Amino acid sequence: MTVTETAPTPGAGLRAAARIVAAPDGRGGTALPVLEGAGPFALRRPRSYGHEARVALVGAMSAPLGGDRLALTADVGAGAALCFTTTAATIALPGRTGAPATYDTRLTVGDGGSLRWLPEPLISARGSDLRQSTRADLAATACLVLREEQVLGRAGETTGRLTTRLTVRRAGRPLLDQELAYGPGAPGGWDGGAVLGGHRAAGQLVVVHPGFEGSPVAPRVLGPLAALAPLAGPGAVVSVVAPDALALRRLLDSALSQLNAVIRAF
Amino acid sequence: MSTLSAALLVLADGRFPAGGHAHSGGAEAAVKAGRITDGASLESFCRGRLHTAGLTAAGLAAAAAAGLDPLGLDAAADARTPSPALRAAARRLGRQLTRAARAAWPSPDLDALAAARPRGAHQPVVLGLVARAAGLGPLAAAYAAAYEAVSGPATAVVRLLSLDPFEATAVLARLAPEMDDVAARAAEAALRAFDEGLDALPAGSAPLLDITAEQHAAWPVRLFAT
Repeated sequence: MTVTETAPTPGAGLRAAARIVAAPDGRGGTALPVLEGAGPFALRRPRSYGHEARVALVGAMSAPLGGDRLALTADVGAGAALCFTTTAATIALPGRTGAPATYDTRLTVGDGGSLRWLPEPLISARGSDLRQSTRADLAATACLVLREEQVLGRAGETTGRLTTRLTVRRAGRPLLDQELAYGPGAPGGWDGGAVLGGHRAAGQLVVVHPGFEGSPVAPRVLGPLAALAPLAGPGAVVSVVAPDALALRRLLDSALSQLNAVIRAF
Repeated sequence: MSTLSAALLVLADGRFPAGGHAHSGGAEAAVKAGRITDGASLESFCRGRLHTAGLTAAGLAAAAAAGLDPLGLDAAADARTPSPALRAAARRLGRQLTRAARAAWPSPDLDALAAARPRGAHQPVVLGLVARAAGLGPLAAAYAAAYEAVSGPATAVVRLLSLDPFEATAVLARLAPEMDDVAARAAEAALRAFDEGLDALPAGSAPLLDITAEQHAAWPVRLFAT
């Protein structure tokens, strides 16, 4: 692991980046020619399963704090397979200055490549202000499984402010683009009956696979607060709103196993 | 662009025959789930819808009115509408608006979009092109979309809950300053989209609207289409 850019800017917070590159190893598996992270990003390599390389992000310090600028990049080359997890939830915390933190994740997957991006939830702690963005650029025959979860406040706590944008593009065309904004200072109505209805956890599961091109998944109601929907392209999204992180994960896990079964059958 | 024009009143009028009256904008499902029960919860519902789906629609409408490529905007609208029930409704409404607008403000741009998307383009994109044909600018188009985002649910709830129409109108009046803000942000984003591409357009999303739209579409009996 090499130190990339950790530059403590006076008064501003931390700047840190991590980068993962996955490529076929020439023996039917996936190699990780680049695996570097600094500051809060400590990347570990659990044993890989068959074709797929695995990377786990271990939170090495408290981040993001207000004012921090974090960037995480993963490039999965053509024919490579990567699974990314984190060992714990990411907790957005207030900083000293009240400045917002940013956390930008950039993912690319080449043709025939596969990325499973399954981090633990993001928890927006009271007083924090985080602007998060995740952008995945997929080649036409790439496969993506991506989960994002937002938990508003730690147990018994009011939420911080969180803005998070999720963009998935495939073959240069937009497949999914959505921004969620919650908490004090967010545009009004975020807690009302159109957006969260008083719930404190929300999550999205996006699955993109070329197999959906010919046989799109049918829309499915997964409960009063969860739905599986085909995108306008070879993908599906599961949207869930839940009272807490546990209920949220239970619904997303059940949807994930249903979709995994569909993908395996392609 | 900032010139007042009566054409905006004609376009945004609830009696404009473009089929909007058949849609509650998610309010019917929210009433059934007990999330809208009175004027206060209607206001909070409408406020959330305005700043999410409303802002997104206003951005698309402003961008179309500003002259950005309607087919690119139609794809951007698809990506911003994860619910298939809402994509279908948006295209149906786009088709109905096209039909009415071809009589009101004939335009070759509108004809070209209708030819490229015979089953209907997303309504906000059509709305922007219609505004352009009516001599309105991006800000006016954004106003029409923002107003529609809240007037539909407010009117529907009068019928669904027998809410006092004075109260529903008061909700809309209280939201007016926020509609001003949403329209201004949408028009500003549309101008940025010229330089930065369509990613500069708002993508505000409301999870409950998306989730309940799928459930509502499966109801055997309902008063409104969405």
